[in-house]
Amino acid sequence: MIAVEGLVKDFGRTRAVAGVTFHVAAGEIMGLLGPNGSGKTTIMRVLTGFFPPSEGRVAIDGIDVERDPLAVRERIGYLPENVVLYPDLTVTRFLRFCAEVKGVPSASRRARLDEVMEACGLTEVAGKLIGKLSKGYRQRVGIAQALMHRPRVLILDEPTVGLDPRQIIEIRSLIKSLAGETTVLLSTHILPEVSMTCSRVMIIDYGRIIAEDTADGLSQRVRGSNETRVRIAGPRAEVLAALRSAPGVEDLREEPLDDGAITAVLRSARGDELRRELATTVVGRGWGLLEMRSLPMSLEDLFVRLVRDDRDAAA
Amino acid sequence: MRKELASYFAGPLVYVVIGAFLCVTGLQFYTTLNSFVTIGFGLNILEHFWEEFFNNSIAFYLLIVVPLFTMRLLAEERRLGTIELLYTYPLRDREIMLGKFLACLLVFLLFVACTLLYPAIVYAIQPFDPRPFFARYLGTVLFLASCIACGLFISSLTESQLIASSCTFIVLLLFWILTWNEAAVSSSLVTVLSQVSTFDHFHTFSTGVIDLKDCLYFVFFIALFLFLTLRSMESRQWRGRR
Repeated sequence: MIAVEGLVKDFGRTRAVAGVTFHVAAGEIMGLLGPNGSGKTTIMRVLTGFFPPSEGRVAIDGIDVERDPLAVRERIGYLPENVVLYPDLTVTRFLRFCAEVKGVPSASRRARLDEVMEACGLTEVAGKLIGKLSKGYRQRVGIAQALMHRPRVLILDEPTVGLDPRQIIEIRSLIKSLAGETTVLLSTHILPEVSMTCSRVMIIDYGRIIAEDTADGLSQRVRGSNETRVRIAGPRAEVLAALRSAPGVEDLREEPLDDGAITAVLRSARGDELRRELATTVVGRGWGLLEMRSLPMSLEDLFVRLVRDDRDAAA
Repeated sequence: MRKELASYFAGPLVYVVIGAFLCVTGLQFYTTLNSFVTIGFGLNILEHFWEEFFNNSIAFYLLIVVPLFTMRLLAEERRLGTIELLYTYPLRDREIMLGKFLACLLVFLLFVACTLLYPAIVYAIQPFDPRPFFARYLGTVLFLASCIACGLFISSLTESQLIASSCTFIVLLLFWILTWNEAAVSSSLVTVLSQVSTFDHFHTFSTGVIDLKDCLYFVFFIALFLFLTLRSMESRQWRGRR
């Protein structure tokens, strides 16, 4: 549904996007993940036809964005970053304008308007001026305008930024409910969001894709390498030596806690086996095993690592 | 365009400015008429009065007020970021531009319609031949549309409404006073300048005469600035392209 080939975008001498290629199949929810300034918004703006690519080709539903921007715009709904809408219009007035402009037939406009407002939870603020709404409601108006004409492709730039936790959950479930029918490309710099909503994820840094995987695949990578935290009561030197020499321990970090016990974090690829062996050793030596816990590597850690590895490779 | 209209009437700006506009033109109407009546300038007194009134009141105050309205047309969209929405809706650039232009023009037609009150008052007291007023109002509308087109263009260049309004005002004023002091420049230059000056072309209308040349001048003026606006809106397309 979305096809991007060798996309490059330069602003003056700055290269915002440096050769990005990806495809999003119909009905998929694709997450675009990257730190601020990594080129997410630029990629999205090119997709919407806001500005053309410097190099490369972008097609939506088989239509080249540069060749027929109007046809492309009819097929997409776009929520820009930091949605600022017309503050001096009421919600209904603004959404009706969207419906008109986006070619919702006048016969079904009324019904569609109600439907979208209902779905986005806007019914109770319909008559209020957009400028007077809270950030959360404004974000919902932004999503409502993107959905208005039942676009085949939704492009959402940071859809949950600035919302409170309950609203975030609502918006996420709204986005998820669109899967299958609508193709969604959403950007975020919040990692859990991706694993919760997206079927596939791309990680972007410095305008390049540094990793692309399914959400499950990412979780797998996360589980593959983990850390174990242990707290053991026993003779310090011996305990540490035993921990260091346990097979598969790559790294040991002691956490100085002044409670008489030894607290350490071990890194190893052999998670469960290592823990089983360690438990046996500790009990066998007659030490006290106060705590043993596996620390899953968070997506944040993965992300930081991917970015670091990539930058090292580039250097 | 309807959104544009709705946002005009949602705010107090329109009412305040219409009110002020009518106050000022009304005052001018009263004092100028008064002086014309008391001093007397000959037989054709009322014709001169209307000429004076359209030139110095209606057109001049429009020239001051138009920048206040055109400044926000595109500059505000850019500052708010809503231009990004418009540009990604299935709208052509020229549709966006014409929507803005026509909405603004419509608001001002309302202004101008209010000034019909003045000739109506005089007509009630002393009936006159209404035909020259077709020319005067045609001239006013053309002049108005020119000002708006120019303001729209300048508004498309900047994000700052202050810059947009002050630049528009200066440009409009410049075109208006180009031949202000005819003695200051050589006579050949005056002939050239008077071809470019909005004042000289408007003046013909204010005397109650419709000249095709003047109509064409304003139409060209409008078309030129609308064309420039379109190019300015498209400039985002070639930024960053090689």
